[in-house]
Amino acid sequence: MEEMNREETVHIAPVGDEALLVEFGERIDETLNRRVHLLKNRLGKTGIRGIRETLPTYRSLLIFYDPALLSYKRLCRKLAGLLKTEEDQTVDGRQTVGKSRPTGGGQAVEENQTTGGILAVPCCYGGRHGPDLADMEKALQITADEIVRLHCGVDYKVYMIGFLPGFPYLGGLDERIRMPRLAVPRTKIPARSVGIGDSQTGVYPVDSPGGWRLIGKTPLDFYCPQKEPPVLCRAGTYIRFVPVDERAYEAIRKDVESGVYRPEYVA
Amino acid sequence: MKMEIISAGPLSTVQDKGRFGYLEYGIGQAGVMDRDAFQKANALVGNRDNEAVIEATLLGPAFRFDKDTLIACMGADMQGRSEADGRIVERGRAFPVRAGETVRFGMAKCGVRGYIAVAGGIDVPVVMGSRSTDCKCGIGGYEGRRLKDGDLLSVFDANLSEKATKRLLKKSFSPMQYGTDIVLRVIPGPQIGYFTERGIQTFLETAYEVTSESDRMGIRLRGPAIEGKGGMDIVSDGITFGSIQVTSSGLPIILAAEHQTTGGYAQIAAVAAIDLPYLAQARPGDRIHFQKAAIEDVQRERKKRRYSL
Repeated sequence: MEEMNREETVHIAPVGDEALLVEFGERIDETLNRRVHLLKNRLGKTGIRGIRETLPTYRSLLIFYDPALLSYKRLCRKLAGLLKTEEDQTVDGRQTVGKSRPTGGGQAVEENQTTGGILAVPCCYGGRHGPDLADMEKALQITADEIVRLHCGVDYKVYMIGFLPGFPYLGGLDERIRMPRLAVPRTKIPARSVGIGDSQTGVYPVDSPGGWRLIGKTPLDFYCPQKEPPVLCRAGTYIRFVPVDERAYEAIRKDVESGVYRPEYVA
Repeated sequence: MKMEIISAGPLSTVQDKGRFGYLEYGIGQAGVMDRDAFQKANALVGNRDNEAVIEATLLGPAFRFDKDTLIACMGADMQGRSEADGRIVERGRAFPVRAGETVRFGMAKCGVRGYIAVAGGIDVPVVMGSRSTDCKCGIGGYEGRRLKDGDLLSVFDANLSEKATKRLLKKSFSPMQYGTDIVLRVIPGPQIGYFTERGIQTFLETAYEVTSESDRMGIRLRGPAIEGKGGMDIVSDGITFGSIQVTSSGLPIILAAEHQTTGGYAQIAAVAAIDLPYLAQARPGDRIHFQKAAIEDVQRERKKRRYSL
């Protein structure tokens, strides 16, 4: 399988005349995503004149550039060089990591360099914050406690941010707590709700319509336009949900609102 | 100086070039739909090239100032006139406005989006590096929303000495005429391989009609379905202003200034940036003809025209 991934060719294509897309594959896959972020970081470090910004997704990196300073052809050449060295690095990385699921090991820490660990996201499960947890118990034939345990038992990689400002697409949800989306989406999901939609889990950063099953709520703001950066977690980093009761939730929320809360990172 | 919005029109927002550097956080670029009209309107009133202006849609606003100033209108012809003396705001020239005088714009005679620049530029807070309104995220512009009747905008001071004004009033651009058939050069995109040869031929050889379900997020088109080899769903990629996505119905959507940052439909092609101003002025019912272009040719043309971001 690993060998097959390596065979996958990197595909570069223009997206208009001010951006190009580097596509590493066509699947949602930890290895592909790691390569996306590796290239993003390398571009950041290399500082090629004319690159304006980059947008990572599950399997691709969109690069915006200024054609007055950098032509498509020249950027392609530069990327070819970077990708060549990146490939060597990825192979090395795989040899030392060799684990399919990140559990806070070396790779996670390395990729969380900017923050220094796995972001702890307190979550108050069930009750008024997680109105769909009871339905999930019935549908999945698993107790609420077990659902919470499984949801908190994984360090989720933020594969990408999209859809809404600060909305994290998280990879790694335990198969046992997958749950199809609601047949009729809610017209308004309150900000900070934690939900499950099929094989994905995530946090709604702002009030929004949506069809995911709501299992809890975090007191943390995933999007705050006054802050720099305006989002709590960046693509390529890891988060872990930590269960808290209603009282702790309220206490943390108060701290967040008064600006004294400092995000916690776990090893 | 204050600018009082007497009547805002259906969708008038404060915009500059856009918000750059926040795409990876899920925050789009927003900004003006028609960069060309925006730059010219600013130039006519002596503004630096990224001062915030009002982008009006189909029906223009009415407003007045508490001091004498200069305004300029480019883009759609919204037939502005002074209610004090009936003078017409010609597109392509600066227009002096007296304190207290109401200027009222009407329905767009041609084009869709009118750009009204005020000498000095509109003074709204810079949010994440831009004054552009992003209605979806509720940030930028005036309180993060479209303008409403009664809003009171601040305008930066401008150097409007007699000499400077005289010089500015001499400046002119020929106003654009917008036809109902619009040719857009397109560069084949990352998922061009998702489409059959017949599908690509359909895309390039038939006219697509602009529908009324078009807005600052995207221009939706009607016409023959574009044949794909399989499904149109992809694992989400980043998208740009000008990206052409084909949905499962086979119909293309051209993403506009306020598009979401990522999309899950196949991108068949993207519009050349120098042609986006024409797209911005396309009215429901107009016909769009896509013309295939090579990235090298488009970038060469930009250089020749000294088109800059």
